[in-house]
Amino acid sequence: MNQPLLEVKNLKTYFPIKKSLFNKKKHFIKAVDGISFQVNKGETLGIVGESGCGKSTMGRSILRLIEPTEGSIKIEGKEITALSQTDLRKLRKDMQIVFQDPFASLNPKMTIGAILGEALATHQLGQSAKERKEKVKELLSKVGLSPNHIGRYPHEFSGGQRQRIGIARAIAVNPAIIIADEPVSALDVSVQAQILNLFQDLKETLGLTYIFIAHDLSVVKHVSDRIGVMYLGKIVELSDKKQLFRQPLHPYTQALMSAVPSLDPDVKKERIILTGDVPSPSNPPSGCAFHTRCKFGKAVCEQVIPREVEVVPGRFVNCHMYDKDYRADFI
Amino acid sequence: MLGNNPTSLVYPDPIDIETKTQSSVAHFIKKMKKNKGAVVGAMILLFFIITSTFAPFIAPYPVNEMKFEDSLQGPSMAHWLGTDEFGRDIWTRMLYGGRVSLLMGLFAVTLSGTIGVILGVLAGYYRKLDIYIMQFIDILMTFPSLLMAIAIVAVLGVGLTNAMIAVAISVVPSFVRVVRGSVLSIRETEYVEASKAIGVKDWKIICKHILPNVASPIIILATLEFGSSILSAAALSFLGLGAQPPNPEWGALVFVGKSFLSQAWWMTLFPGLAIMLVVLGFNLLGDGLRDALDPRSK
Repeated sequence: MNQPLLEVKNLKTYFPIKKSLFNKKKHFIKAVDGISFQVNKGETLGIVGESGCGKSTMGRSILRLIEPTEGSIKIEGKEITALSQTDLRKLRKDMQIVFQDPFASLNPKMTIGAILGEALATHQLGQSAKERKEKVKELLSKVGLSPNHIGRYPHEFSGGQRQRIGIARAIAVNPAIIIADEPVSALDVSVQAQILNLFQDLKETLGLTYIFIAHDLSVVKHVSDRIGVMYLGKIVELSDKKQLFRQPLHPYTQALMSAVPSLDPDVKKERIILTGDVPSPSNPPSGCAFHTRCKFGKAVCEQVIPREVEVVPGRFVNCHMYDKDYRADFI
Repeated sequence: MLGNNPTSLVYPDPIDIETKTQSSVAHFIKKMKKNKGAVVGAMILLFFIITSTFAPFIAPYPVNEMKFEDSLQGPSMAHWLGTDEFGRDIWTRMLYGGRVSLLMGLFAVTLSGTIGVILGVLAGYYRKLDIYIMQFIDILMTFPSLLMAIAIVAVLGVGLTNAMIAVAISVVPSFVRVVRGSVLSIRETEYVEASKAIGVKDWKIICKHILPNVASPIIILATLEFGSSILSAAALSFLGLGAQPPNPEWGALVFVGKSFLSQAWWMTLFPGLAIMLVVLGFNLLGDGLRDALDPRSK
């Protein structure tokens, strides 16, 4: 089997919260709590989950924009969690990020040419300023903007155009993998489709690999090959897209799927309404984090943290219902 | 679905020409002109800057020449603002004194601004240094700035240069606080994060992304502190700790004049007015700058 492009093992990112001056016992917000997955070259892994479940923190932890607390991240077999900042800087061109808010992700005081030129200059792509300018123009046309926009400032562009600039910045350094952190959720629906198509086109022409974070199932369905469903800092189900949409296994995934509106008004779907809110990640429920909202919840769910079960090859679920040791409890 | 060729997605752009944006400088000047206070402030300052710069050409008398027969004369056609106890022309001395006062302000703001920006950026950007720098600044802030300036002069010794340094140090805390606060908000933005993700070095992020975006609060503060530095410097001179007679620094003129307050009110009034007008000018200009540079008012 060929080596996965990105391999994440048991990734944890905890944020300390100080209780008080005298109570030195440390509490943590477990934003990312033991995530493992692999991404193969050329595929798109979609990550879905409610807001606050740790999707974005996970994306930033993989890039070490937020330092992960524990775990291993290997890109093309190279471990990056132990690298010094200087060594990491050289590796940064292999992995890029596209941000959610196109209005906050571009420096308002820099022209488009300067923003994209910075990425090129940092990794010595293009010898002279003139050569880099040509490359910037090339990049702009790659993402569907006019090369003549090079001297303009971000405020002169629409949200969709800005997101294209953000994408151009990410592909400027020829990365192997791009983490797209909800890249379309701030855009109008009509523009969303254009940006999603741009992602698809770039993937084919440049041979990119994506981790595509979103909270919109239809968006993830459109772009992904495989999908990971996150809940409270954990991936509860990781599966091929088709299988996941045909037959969601985890009760949380089932609830998410039932919320997707159907195009056919005659199809009567059973809606699974989740009650209550997402529990606080600073004080997650014991056992299975989802047991407080799960309609199948049994006593074992409150006590034992579910293991990752490979139901069929390549399909992982963290739920006692599919674990042969606890199977009996659910019948 | 659109085709696989990304160029088929080119946005139609009605003005698809290589353009430079309407310069933000032009926009800024337009906004400043609308602000009456700022215009008045700028005119007051311009008046004092021009008169002090060209003092040797404007001044009707030599600055330090004593003429005892003319001593303590009130304002007249010969001496517009009167004369002092040695018969020196007050108007002449004020012209030269303006040079000292304005340079003191400039020096104090430049020095404190430089130190303040460096410390503020370090504290805001490198969070581990923050607590040490800010604790130190908080200690400095517990002293009223004039009191601290007096204390520093007491340590360094009386004199013009030391007074300038003292005023500069007493202004540093406000620069640090403003810069740190602005840097804190800018360093969390996604464009700084994007630069980190690209692998841009810290000092380049600070120079290219952070400093340009914290420039406007620094400019505004510098303008306001310019006025208050001149005031503090004059206060030090008035207390006899700064410029020493016969230096015609405005505070020193007031200091000398106060001994003759009952006989020659013009000796204190006009230098005092000059100090007041310059401080007012800087404050008006600073307020105008704040409005003009505020991105929300665009």
